[in-house]
Amino acid sequence: MTTSREAGEQPAVTIDPEGVYCPVPIPEDQRVILGHGSGGQLSAALMRDVLAPALAVASPGGVLNDAAVVEIAGARLAFTTDSYVVSPIRFPGGDIGELAVNGTINDLAMMGAQPAAISLAYVIEEGLPLEELRLITASAAAAAAKAGARIVTGDTKVVGRGAADRLFVNTAGIGLVPDGVAPSADRACAGDAVILSGPIGLHGVAIMSVREGLEFEVEIESDTQALNGLVAAMLAVEPDIHVLRDPTRGGLSSALNEIAAASRVGMVLDEPALPIPGPVRAACEFLGLDPLHVANEGKLVAIVPAASAEAVLAAMHALPEGAGAAVIGRVVADHPGMVTILTIVGSERIVDMLVGEQLPRIC
Amino acid sequence: MKYLDEYRDPVLAKKLLAEIHRITTRPWTLMEVCGGQTHTIVKQGIDEALPEGVRMIHGPGCPVCVTPLEQVDKALAIAARPDVIFTSYGDMLRVPGSSTDLLALKARGADVRIVYSPLDALKIALANPARQVVFFAVGFETTAPANAMAVAEAARRGIDNFSVLVSHVLVPPAMTALLDSPANRVQGFLAAGHVCAIMGWTEYEPIAEKYRVPIVVTGFEPLDLLEGIWMAIRQLEEGRHEVENQYTRAVTREGVRLAQQQVMSVFEVGNRKWRGVGEIPMSGYRLRPEYARFDAELKFDVGDIQTMEHPACIAGAILTGEKTPLDCTAYGTLCNPQKPLGAPMVSSEGTCAAFFSAGRGLGSGSSFSNALPLVQVAPIAPEGAR
Repeated sequence: MTTSREAGEQPAVTIDPEGVYCPVPIPEDQRVILGHGSGGQLSAALMRDVLAPALAVASPGGVLNDAAVVEIAGARLAFTTDSYVVSPIRFPGGDIGELAVNGTINDLAMMGAQPAAISLAYVIEEGLPLEELRLITASAAAAAAKAGARIVTGDTKVVGRGAADRLFVNTAGIGLVPDGVAPSADRACAGDAVILSGPIGLHGVAIMSVREGLEFEVEIESDTQALNGLVAAMLAVEPDIHVLRDPTRGGLSSALNEIAAASRVGMVLDEPALPIPGPVRAACEFLGLDPLHVANEGKLVAIVPAASAEAVLAAMHALPEGAGAAVIGRVVADHPGMVTILTIVGSERIVDMLVGEQLPRIC
Repeated sequence: MKYLDEYRDPVLAKKLLAEIHRITTRPWTLMEVCGGQTHTIVKQGIDEALPEGVRMIHGPGCPVCVTPLEQVDKALAIAARPDVIFTSYGDMLRVPGSSTDLLALKARGADVRIVYSPLDALKIALANPARQVVFFAVGFETTAPANAMAVAEAARRGIDNFSVLVSHVLVPPAMTALLDSPANRVQGFLAAGHVCAIMGWTEYEPIAEKYRVPIVVTGFEPLDLLEGIWMAIRQLEEGRHEVENQYTRAVTREGVRLAQQQVMSVFEVGNRKWRGVGEIPMSGYRLRPEYARFDAELKFDVGDIQTMEHPACIAGAILTGEKTPLDCTAYGTLCNPQKPLGAPMVSSEGTCAAFFSAGRGLGSGSSFSNALPLVQVAPIAPEGAR
């Protein structure tokens, strides 16, 4: 079409698609934006483009798992660290102390390890009530004790008002990986079963429901809990679990996409089998979110040989943290790196990773 | 979930689909107007399940996508001021202006906040009397009543540190402009259910009559869309061209009078630019003169900002349904939701983003999201987008 946007011309009165255009802007790629912390594609890009190259001289590289496994004097130790900036620091179903300890225990558990020792470090904003700090610390200690882990070292820093938001927590942990156990994101095989330990989306929706400017009433609580007991029970019936992962930031879809990419396999999910609680679905509907992108803090995904799926599932069902476990799909050789789901009209849809930011400071 | 599961029933969906196949005797081209409808169609793969030759063209009904570059640049200029708290629906934060977007501006220190309602922006204004609070009032007829209410409320309570940057557009003028185009191939429309919930459908009756096109007011759930498509094809097959209502649970012929009155008490109809299209006469709302003191363009003197759009991405052709994202050389390569080149890739309601998130045309085994290696210690592959 002839452009009708030149000065002095009459405005266009028809939409003639030929020749209409829109701008090519310059997107921000010079600074960190909140989406880089989302656990989705931007987080992966940050790792790929900025962090991994800068770390190359000191890093062994390899597959990214929830924790590293290092060999020291013949022992295989799982080692992980994580920082917690959740807002608010106390939320329905938990607080930042319990969340930090459970998160680190779970990262170790996803390597098949039982937690041996944990560190707990605080960055505290001046003005935080001491009683609040005491309660959160007691809650961290209780979570560790419940999971059979010890908090053996720590640190405290205080910054001026505004330099942090109330309380930031860092935890690190080590644990011993048993012989014959080696779950890793690159070990999913075609034919394996995809098991999910229970209902998804609870943590993310619980945080959103109390977030300033977004408050809504919903009768659910964060699922924050330690999963090392569940993992031990699963490994007891099948030591060769191929992959374990806790779908935290970025949700189930990010965890499954990362596994599919690392293992160069595809996955096909069974939509009706996905355990999505009613309140999570309702909240996601009105906020325009995909439940598969919402964070969890007490769930795991296990990729297990099909032959042992039933036995693993039975072991999970025997424990409260695995009571809602279900097979949600299978690993396929087709479309490597891609996770798909069947739609209600029988078409196949790709389950993509979260792009950008859903809600910052969810954990 | 009540009121949703009923409209996602797989058995009924397959029955409706079979019925569409049964009544269709020749190729038809339909347009769903609203981006929310596009999202459901692509997410559920409804277009792929339709009879051979029945084509869905994705319409211009995503408010993010049609907001002109110029308005985004004005928003950026206002948000960059230190005295301003700029509030917006989340989607608009990622829409690129000429040089940056609101999210990037926020990372550089601007006070940009996501709100879910303009009334929340009003609350922020009340809580921050020393600062100017601006709300980015975008959208079709659907969002206009709440935006109008916020302005009326600010006037009533004398909240003078509140203003709105208006970029409201209307559906019927866009449909007319499409139908007037010699390149038009659309033979029937699924009108946007939520727009009609507010406005009713009387203004579509002359369009259906003049252009002899069926218009079916349609909802957003899979069964709504299947039924809307079925109704439109049935009209075409029978040679009828009427306005019919599929979305009976939400829409009446007259719409919601109270909401319409609220809108027209604050806004008046005027010319509007559309991204990738240009100015369409009488195609949007602007503030009435008596509310001029709530007009952010006047308050911050950004009315002179004029931005020409750049001839690289084909967003205009996609918005008007002339082309699909698969016709675009940048789709999925240079342009993806992380680095959008055009607005249709930005909002989840945008056609390009809907295609992308459903993995359309991205090729098996090399889908963008999964092409990201988890750890890369080798030099980074050069990226064309840089």
